[in-house]
Amino acid sequence: MIPPDDLAIETRGLNLWYGSFQALRNVNLRIRRGIITALIGPSGCGKTTLLRCFNRINERDPNVRTTGEVRILGHEIHGPHVALEELRRHVGMVFQRPNPLPLSVYENVVFGLRVHCSAGALTRDELDAAVESALTEVGLWRDLRDRLDRRATDLQLEQQQKLCIARLLPLKPELILMDEPCSALDVEGTHAIEELMFSLRERYTIVIVTHNMAQARRASDECVFMLLGELVEHRRTADLFLAPSDPRTAEYIEGRYG
Amino acid sequence: MSGGTASPQPFAPTAGLLARRRRERLARGVFLAMTVLMILPLAGILGYLVVRAWPSLSWSFLVEAPARGMREGGIWPALVGTIDLVVISLAVAAPIGVLAAIYLNEYARDNWVHRVVNLAVITLAGVPSIVHALFGLGAFVYAARLGYSILSASLTLALMTLPVIIASTREALASVPRSFREACWNVGATRWQTIRAVVLPNSIGGILTGIILQVSRAAGETAPIMFTGAVFYKAVRGGTLLPYRLDEQCMALSMHLYTLATQVPNVRPSIPYATAVVLLAVVLLVNAAAITLRLRVRTRPKW
Repeated sequence: MIPPDDLAIETRGLNLWYGSFQALRNVNLRIRRGIITALIGPSGCGKTTLLRCFNRINERDPNVRTTGEVRILGHEIHGPHVALEELRRHVGMVFQRPNPLPLSVYENVVFGLRVHCSAGALTRDELDAAVESALTEVGLWRDLRDRLDRRATDLQLEQQQKLCIARLLPLKPELILMDEPCSALDVEGTHAIEELMFSLRERYTIVIVTHNMAQARRASDECVFMLLGELVEHRRTADLFLAPSDPRTAEYIEGRYG
Repeated sequence: MSGGTASPQPFAPTAGLLARRRRERLARGVFLAMTVLMILPLAGILGYLVVRAWPSLSWSFLVEAPARGMREGGIWPALVGTIDLVVISLAVAAPIGVLAAIYLNEYARDNWVHRVVNLAVITLAGVPSIVHALFGLGAFVYAARLGYSILSASLTLALMTLPVIIASTREALASVPRSFREACWNVGATRWQTIRAVVLPNSIGGILTGIILQVSRAAGETAPIMFTGAVFYKAVRGGTLLPYRLDEQCMALSMHLYTLATQVPNVRPSIPYATAVVLLAVVLLVNAAAITLRLRVRTRPKW
């Protein structure tokens, strides 16, 4: 049993429908704080949908209906006092395709700060410091320190994806959700992002959706296997891959389907 | 030697291929012919107009008032009238249209109200201009007691251009990738912050292009202003910059052309043609401005 203080995410009886299609079925999940948890499973198993429940970005789609509870750091996020803007500040998200804003590198990093603070509340020094620390944390500072006014959309994909992670950091999120963050990157880019995940672990709780079983195995501490909207198995990554307890998991990691 | 002489050449064209090639040439020819057929009338119209208008085309034709019962002189009052009408109508229609489009595209949920509004916009865009004219006559001239005036005519034109501006603005907004919006929402930006920081800067080119294209439409329409505020003739001194008050009627190029061509006997024949050339030139200039704007926006670094 995980002590409640160590819980980053907890779902109870979570169901989700897109129109009449049920994409999540009674998902009960407890994700530990300060580690990397991977969500794996074949296409359409609901792993991305589940990820998108954690900051309620799903709700942009008018067809989506959810029941059940999602608790982030012990707080129910569907409650009446939850402001989506604040929730998303604490639960950041990185997407499949890097999506830097069509602004300068500098403005991308400080975008979150600008959004949350009234104009004039931030001094130039504070912003500069935020940019330096965020870019240092993701390992871009050395490459980009002299090119902060470059358009972020002109960077290489790997740099763009790192920048998208850096964009979250000035807001001091507790959780970072990653939806197949390496699927648009080459081998080196993938490696770089995985290294970055390791260096961010402990300070942030990371949940990553991945299609790539090898990546889940390399880059996660715990692993959640999903199938047809159900959570099948959730264990330490090493255990899940070495000795899966559910036959469906075993067949999936052997590559029988997926 | 090889047995190549006996077996047929493997890559030689077959009879079926030759037939396909003939059809290919035919198809290509038809498409080309249609393209030429489309260009010919345009070139014809332009050439014919310019040649017929040539004797009257001069700077003084632009800036002088008509003289001797519109049989001589220039078109200044009509030119200024058209500019007034277009500027006022777009000053009304552009802000309303753009803001409404932002609401519809960025805020409105997809429900039946939204669908009804969409249907209304599309329908309104398809209403013939003469119907807009009648509505303008009833609503602005009589009901709102604006009388036959520039104001009534401009508002009627605004009503006519509004749905198209809404449609083109929505298209421009929709062309901004969804990922930009998601990036903003995911750091907790409100919709207005998202719109201001990302959506508008990346769609402003398309929005402006849509508005500018409506300039040429507003400048060319005759029916809506004929019923609501354009007159055959109004005595105005040539060259004055603001000859009309808003509650006055005015002359306009399209209306003037109609008058010269049908109502005035013994006009010097080149004058109506010259008027048409000026109207056409105004429209072409405005369209050229729109195209330049769009090119400038396109050549920006892509995402």
